[in-house]
Amino acid sequence: MSIQQLFYTLQLADNALINGHRLSEWCGHGPVLEQDIALSNISLDHLGQARSLYQYAAAQMNALPMDAKLNLFASVALNDKISKGETIEEDDLAFLRDSWDFKNLLLVEQPNEDWAYTIVRSFLFDVFNLYLFNSLKNSKEEQIAAIAEKSLKEVTYHIRWSSEWMIRLGDGTEESHRRLQQAFNDRWMFSGEMFEASNADKEMLQEGIGVDLTLIKNQWQQHISKVVEEATIMLPTNNWMQTGGKQGKHSEQLGYLLTELQFMQRAYPNMEW
Amino acid sequence: MNLIKKYYYGDIPEEKGGQDKSTAHDHSKEWPMWEVFIRSKAGLDHKHAGSIHAADAAMALENARDVYTRRMEGVSIWVVESKHIHATESAEADAFFEPANDKIFRHPTFYNLPDEVKYM
Repeated sequence: MSIQQLFYTLQLADNALINGHRLSEWCGHGPVLEQDIALSNISLDHLGQARSLYQYAAAQMNALPMDAKLNLFASVALNDKISKGETIEEDDLAFLRDSWDFKNLLLVEQPNEDWAYTIVRSFLFDVFNLYLFNSLKNSKEEQIAAIAEKSLKEVTYHIRWSSEWMIRLGDGTEESHRRLQQAFNDRWMFSGEMFEASNADKEMLQEGIGVDLTLIKNQWQQHISKVVEEATIMLPTNNWMQTGGKQGKHSEQLGYLLTELQFMQRAYPNMEW
Repeated sequence: MNLIKKYYYGDIPEEKGGQDKSTAHDHSKEWPMWEVFIRSKAGLDHKHAGSIHAADAAMALENARDVYTRRMEGVSIWVVESKHIHATESAEADAFFEPANDKIFRHPTFYNLPDEVKYM
């Protein structure tokens, strides 16, 4: 167990939670009932993955000595619990950490905007997840391998869903094609961060727990190119990429998201329902 | 105000498309309706579960999966566009079904079955 392994687990968990929350915002607002339910199902898959990962992260955190875990995160509420010697649970990691404690990709915190932006974000992330989990199922760390194995089936369906929508919109009407291309161009700069190795990524690769992101990048690029071609849109030529999410430097969007996501636990600490 | 919407199923002309006739707005851009049949486990029949809207067969299968099998209800799904279902008219129900009412001898209850035959 190491702090980098905890951070690595949180990278995975935060991606799942924030992406799942974003998709859940569509609940009750979907363009048709069937797609509303489809998105809620996918959202719940991500939240399920997040729960498994947070449980594992909480166990790792509780095993750390006091001086290692106190002030590991900036959140006053979390440190207050730790200093009292309380056991940290999955909900504490989800609801009590602050924006700069989160290690999710900038991509997943970007707002839904419209159907095209939502599809593009899901598509870019789903393809990444497919190759990430496919590789993680061989992780030396049993817990991570087991979660990857279970998630893989869900992710395979997510890709099917988002890829088909990429093709429907891109190869659809003139308006849907234009709006998908616009969304793809606008979200493209958030795709580079997926393959940028953080300290946690590097250390976990060395220990056989993590994955080689350069390999995943190749697989991801090939997969993306194929669907983009079928969707008759263009890959953006601008390759300037945003960075920062894995280091806790987030866009303002995450702040608004967490305000809503964490409201109940912040206003009514330890409430259950 | 017309509060009761009337839907037509079954043998109806293509141009009506099984649509709600009581509202005035344009349905021509809506996705067609599909009937969903679910097999709950291997060996059992596919049973009608309900209907969904979808743009094509691939989307219909996915929508059916998301709407009707999210609580482990099925292992196999059939979908068929609703316009391909032909149904009896309720006005003709008497002619279709009543003649069978007084012919109970068609049930195999008048035969003596050997005890070994358990399922008839």
